[in-house]
Amino acid sequence: MEFLMALVVGVFFAVSIYFMLSKKLLKVVFGTLLISHAANLMLLTSGGLKGEKAPILSDGSTLSYADPIPQALILTAIVIGFGVTAFILVLTCRLYKTFATDDLSILRGEANEK
Amino acid sequence: MNSLILKTVATPVLYLIVSFSVYVFFRGHNNPGGGFIAGLLTAGAFVLQYLSFDSKTVKSNFSLNWKKLIPVGLILALGSGLGGMILGYPFLSHSFGCFYLPLIGELELATAIIFDLGVYFVVLGTALTIISVIGGKD
Amino acid sequence: MTIVISPFVFGLIVLPFLHKIKLRFHKWVGIVPLVLFLTILKYKSSIINGNIVSEAYQWVPSFDVSLSFRLDGLSFIFALIITGIGFLVVIYSKKYMHSESAISRYFSYILLFMSSMLGVVLSNNLISLFVFWELTSISSYLLIGFWFYKEKSRYGAWKALLITAGGGLAMLAGFILMYTVTGSFEISQILSQKELIKSSPFYLTILVLTLIGSFTKSAQFPFHVWLPDAMEAPTPVSAYLHSATMVKAGIYLLARLNPVLGGSSYWFYMVTFTGILTMCYGSIMAIRQRDLKALLAFSTISQLGLITSLLGVSTETAVIGAVFHIINHAAFKGSLFMVTGIIDHEAGTRNLDELGGLGRKMPFTAVVALIGALAMAGIPPLNGFISKELFFEAVLVDGWAGYVLPALAVFGSIFTFIYSMIFVISPFLGTYKPKEKTVHEAPWGLLLSPMILGVTNLALGIYPKLVADIISKGAANILGKYVDAHLSLWHGFNVPLLMSLIVISFGCLLFSRLNYVKHIIEKIQMKKINLNKLYDLFQTGIPKFAGFITEKQMTGFLRDYLVYILSFVFLSVGLTSLFFMELSIPNLNLERIDVYEYVVAAIMVVSSIFLLFTRKRLIAILILGVIGYMVSLFFVLEKAPDLALTQLIVETITLVLFLIAFPHLPEITEENSKRSTKIINAAVSILTGLTVTFLMVYSKAYKIYESVSSYYIDNSLLLGGGKNIVNVILVDFRGFDTMGEITVLGIAAFSVYALIKLRLGGRKYE
Repeated sequence: MEFLMALVVGVFFAVSIYFMLSKKLLKVVFGTLLISHAANLMLLTSGGLKGEKAPILSDGSTLSYADPIPQALILTAIVIGFGVTAFILVLTCRLYKTFATDDLSILRGEANEK
Repeated sequence: MNSLILKTVATPVLYLIVSFSVYVFFRGHNNPGGGFIAGLLTAGAFVLQYLSFDSKTVKSNFSLNWKKLIPVGLILALGSGLGGMILGYPFLSHSFGCFYLPLIGELELATAIIFDLGVYFVVLGTALTIISVIGGKD
Repeated sequence: MTIVISPFVFGLIVLPFLHKIKLRFHKWVGIVPLVLFLTILKYKSSIINGNIVSEAYQWVPSFDVSLSFRLDGLSFIFALIITGIGFLVVIYSKKYMHSESAISRYFSYILLFMSSMLGVVLSNNLISLFVFWELTSISSYLLIGFWFYKEKSRYGAWKALLITAGGGLAMLAGFILMYTVTGSFEISQILSQKELIKSSPFYLTILVLTLIGSFTKSAQFPFHVWLPDAMEAPTPVSAYLHSATMVKAGIYLLARLNPVLGGSSYWFYMVTFTGILTMCYGSIMAIRQRDLKALLAFSTISQLGLITSLLGVSTETAVIGAVFHIINHAAFKGSLFMVTGIIDHEAGTRNLDELGGLGRKMPFTAVVALIGALAMAGIPPLNGFISKELFFEAVLVDGWAGYVLPALAVFGSIFTFIYSMIFVISPFLGTYKPKEKTVHEAPWGLLLSPMILGVTNLALGIYPKLVADIISKGAANILGKYVDAHLSLWHGFNVPLLMSLIVISFGCLLFSRLNYVKHIIEKIQMKKINLNKLYDLFQTGIPKFAGFITEKQMTGFLRDYLVYILSFVFLSVGLTSLFFMELSIPNLNLERIDVYEYVVAAIMVVSSIFLLFTRKRLIAILILGVIGYMVSLFFVLEKAPDLALTQLIVETITLVLFLIAFPHLPEITEENSKRSTKIINAAVSILTGLTVTFLMVYSKAYKIYESVSSYYIDNSLLLGGGKNIVNVILVDFRGFDTMGEITVLGIAAFSVYALIKLRLGGRKYE
């Protein structure tokens, strides 16, 4: 399972980075959204998959728990990811409205601008 | 969106989801749930409102200023941490201290819930500030 | 402690304060060094009895850094020089700088320096020694640049700071290595573990790094280039810092660490030969200088070389010679600098071509100069003669070095003799040259200090037993064993005396052919690489290079930053792990994968690849939604109910968000990038993806540490009072993190609010 997830995460990373390298701001937004998924999956996988039950204590069971630490990390990461996504989404809208372009190479300004 | 069904259902569902989220919030310490999830659930209920009605109607129906929930939540969370400090424990220590004294174990639970309530308010406030601001733009 | 701190307090707090309230305390500032001098002198009998005065204060106990001080024979000698010369310099400066309006600032700096220098020689902790060491560099910087409106002052100050502070950093690295070997920063403890350091594999590294620090400070070849430029400082400063004290900090370090680092052949060859080459180089260069101060600067370089080479030899004779010469050099060079200051002050120039015949106008100055110069040249009955004899005796070592060293020593001393003669003969004898006609004898305020030093020179020459006991103690601290110094003017007919005679006779001979000698030196000089040019090249080249790199890297374009960062990640993490890890395929456990897991993974992969090729915004948003829901499904499969719930709701709200914002979003349009850019982009993303996959597979295979999760699993109910471990971690164990995270969330919300509601300066676009 870890191997399968490694492949998925690798594909996610590749795709999201390709998006983030793009000149189009909207694609960068998509890239960030996807890369946070990738990072979450990577965290969860690195803690070890195939836990036998959820990390909620119960008496008398001998099944192994899924690793709670990545889960706690990811939970906040998801919510923060939401905040970040919303922010750059709004930023994109506003930039697009103000400058009528979402091309980063144009938004960057003149080459000799310091 | 002008779906009559949605408009009719949205408000009862709102109360349903909100009460469910309160339930999720309180079971959070021992079962799946907690401040983050409950906050997002409540936010989801209000998002349904924004989808069903235009933002002016929502504003007149619920005269709530979502932004204010964020500082309120932060202060709650901070206060729960400072409370421990007054008693001489490190910042944000809900548990330590109390577990040497099993008699007031319940008190400990209460402080952790205050913190979680802070989380709830911040998450709710954030989600709804963003949604209402974007939705109310036009 | 009080000794070190008091000039600091006076310099940095009292003086500026008194200056503000118009009290002219600087007239009485000499009291500070005088009191300190007497306080230190009080310890003399105790030091000679072999006692060590020490005092310690905690500073950073967790790193074994303390403010600990220790006064032994060696520190005692240095402390006396620092306060004694300091006192004389302050008296001299009062007259010399009297027309200077910023005189309070000047004395502040001098006292700051005095404090730091005392700190260097009294510290018993390598780190506090380093701190004081750098403080001397800083105060030297301030003092060289005292006349900051002069371009050359700024250049000299900056150069001195860069070179000495750079060397200081190397030295710090050496100190830290010493700490890793011995486990202590306390000098007294390190000195007791010399075998440990000498047998350590780091010995050579420690030695080289420490030597760099010491050589830069003491202006040894090839780091000497800063000292001549430092002569832009006011002359009393040059007398104090750049001949008597600060440049001797490097010597002090060599002496202090001699028991630990010395005694090996590395030490012998590196230190002795650097020293003796510096001595020859400095004395030759001194001859061709036209400026009296430049002459003295090169002479200082040369004399420091002499002391360094003595410490390199580090036999008993050599060390006694070194300690004695440290005192002598401070005395005669101090007086000579002060004489230069007097000449500059009275005749208005320091240029040898414009000076001459001053002897009749200023007889006292001439006598002081004569005494100083004769001491420098090593003529009996002055103190310089005795230390030079010891020097000659010390360089007569066994082996081939026993031929080379004495030859170089005599060679360098001949030139020393010549420049000493130049110093005394050119300005004072011959025809009267200065343009200024009204040159007269200097006032007593200026003459007093050099005269005291001149008398010291004579006294130490005729009756060296005056300091013999204290020199023995200093030498004993350097060698780490008992030493009894017998100093006397007359040693009998022996090889050193013969060498002195050779020096004097050849010196006289060459001095009479001075122009011819200078001509030859000029010719050799032309062919040499110019070290100053090298420094200038560094100074202008490095910012240029940095600018070039910054220009290339900081393009202000997100893509470029990412490409740089990710390529680096690939090169550092991906490639190195490929090269250095065993490439065995770990157990993939493919049989443990269920069918629905394959399905979820396949949907995620296919939809993300589909996302690459879609041209419609709406479809892209929906695909992202699909991926998000698949991720939450995956969380369900992996027994993470909290995550699944959260992800589900967040995904829904995000989707709504995208749809609400949809009308305002830009279209996905064709990119007009170059083909090569696209290929690089694709390559970077694929390589990063591969690196990540690779790392994940291998991190599974190599588990080095135990997981910390079990702590949380075991203690969740016990300490956190909850059964949902994830929630307990969030609100309790890692509550502080969560606190930070919700703060970030709040900030994000307000930023969104601000972006939409506030129209700060953006109005003109609408």
